[in-house]
Order: sequence, then C-alpha cells, then structure tokens
Amino acid sequence: MTSLSAKDKDTVKAFWANVAGKEEQIGCDAVSRMLTVYPQTKTYFSHWKDLRPGSAPVRKHGATVMTAVTDAVSKIDDLTGGLLSLSELHAFTLRVDPANFKVLAHNLLVVLATVFPNDFTPEVHVAMDKFLAAVAHALSEKYR
Amino acid sequence: MVEWSENERSIISNIFSNLDYNDIGPKALVRCLIVYPWTQRYFTSFGNLYNAEAISTNPKVAAHGIKVLHGLDRALKNMDNIKATYAELSVLHSEKLHVDPDNFKLLSDCLTIVVAGKLGSAFTPEIQATFQKFLAVVVSALGKQYH
Repeated sequence: MTSLSAKDKDTVKAFWANVAGKEEQIGCDAVSRMLTVYPQTKTYFSHWKDLRPGSAPVRKHGATVMTAVTDAVSKIDDLTGGLLSLSELHAFTLRVDPANFKVLAHNLLVVLATVFPNDFTPEVHVAMDKFLAAVAHALSEKYR
Repeated sequence: MVEWSENERSIISNIFSNLDYNDIGPKALVRCLIVYPWTQRYFTSFGNLYNAEAISTNPKVAAHGIKVLHGLDRALKNMDNIKATYAELSVLHSEKLHVDPDNFKLLSDCLTIVVAGKLGSAFTPEIQATFQKFLAVVVSALGKQYH
C-alpha cells in the first residue's frame, strides 16, 4: 500500500522503545494467539512437539520473530534491502504463504494493545499497522 | 449453521455484559476512522474528521459508535440464527448505505483491539478466538444480502 512517512517512522521508533525488555513475552503471546485464533497457521509448525500457547517452541519462536521485528525497526529506512536475506529464507526455504504475515501482524497488534493500553493510541496503531505491512511486503519481495 | 459450544456462549455473554458500550463503541469507530481513513467516506455528514484529534472528539462519531456496538446485541440474543437476524441490516447496508462489506472486517478488527486494550491479559488467546469467531459470523451475515 502506502510507504512510510517520516512521521510514521518516528512514531514507530518512539513506540517500539517501550518494547525493550518485553520482547520475549510479547513475541510468545503473539505467536500463541496466532496458533489459537488461526489454527491453519499450525500447519507450518508440524515439526514442533508442543504447539500449546506459551510452550517452549512457541516461546522461542516468538523471541526469534520479535528480534527480527526490532531489527526491522532499525532498518526502517530501507526495509527491502535490510530484510533481503529474511525474504530469501521465507521465499525459498520456509515458503510461508504471505497472507499469514497479515495474520501474525494482527495478533502482534492485539498483544501491543493488551500490554500498552494507554500508549497504543489510534495514531500509534495506524503507524504500526503500516510498518508491519511494509515489513510483510519486504519479506514477500523474493517470492516470485 | 454455526455451532457454539456452551463455553463459547458464556465467553461471549461475559464479554458483552462487562462492556461499557458508551466507552468501547466510540473508541472502536474512532480507531477505525483513523487506522483505515478511507472508511471516512461514509461519514461526510459528520463534520470535522480532518485529523485524529477531531475524529476522537467528534460527538457524531461517538454517538454512531455506540449505535453500531448496540447493533451487536441482536447477534447476542440470537446466536443460533445470526444470519437471519441480520438480513434486514444487511439490506440496509447494501441498498441504502452502500457500504463496501470489506469495511465490516476493518471495524471488527478495531473492536477486537479496543476490547483487548480494555481487558489486557484477561483477553486470553482462547477468548480472542471466540470473540473473533463471533464477529466473523456477524460480518458474514451483514454481507449476505449484497448482490
């Protein structure tokens, strides 16, 4: 859709500073919700022993995802370039249907709303939504 | 037909009986108009929607948010026949209001996020799943009469 304005980038960077220290908790919760609310996403994790909310593999994967999103925030001025190798990973190895990026993004926004009820204002929400869409777009670059 | 377990019915009933419609309704609609600004197209008669501040303080938006949230009461009272319950409202949204049905999902996502903000960690993954299932059924019913 639309590209990120300077204001969007500032909003994302400022809000994301709140996340520091809570990455694991937030990531775990987001992945847990994704697997529970959108059970079709479990098909990508058939190799895990335990897909329950808060399980060890879920917690670990949540942390992995959040580290990558935090990294994307630091590369917000060039997401396509910055996420190149992650795009190749998702395109050639993981082959996650890009529709699922939206699903995970939605669940991340829900978690942010629960953890930061006062800071996750409508203005922050729209900037974060746009940012996550831009990340998803960058991740899809290498698909075809 | 949509099946609801006893657990799902009680989750939905609990969420709504503890909801302050006058608070959550406006918040959900305000968020929708800000996060998805193209939805403002349906509210040209509401006056000042120029920025987030104006939208957040617009009394017409607030009143409408409350009205829309009460629209969900119909589903609450008729969970076993949501499709028929919304037939008339579906025709209204299609024939008179000319609302693109994709917008229903946008508002329902905003409502989910507002309720999540209100309930915090009490909005568990299981409760989220049930709430989203409920909203998805309503959204589908509202789109049924479009042709």
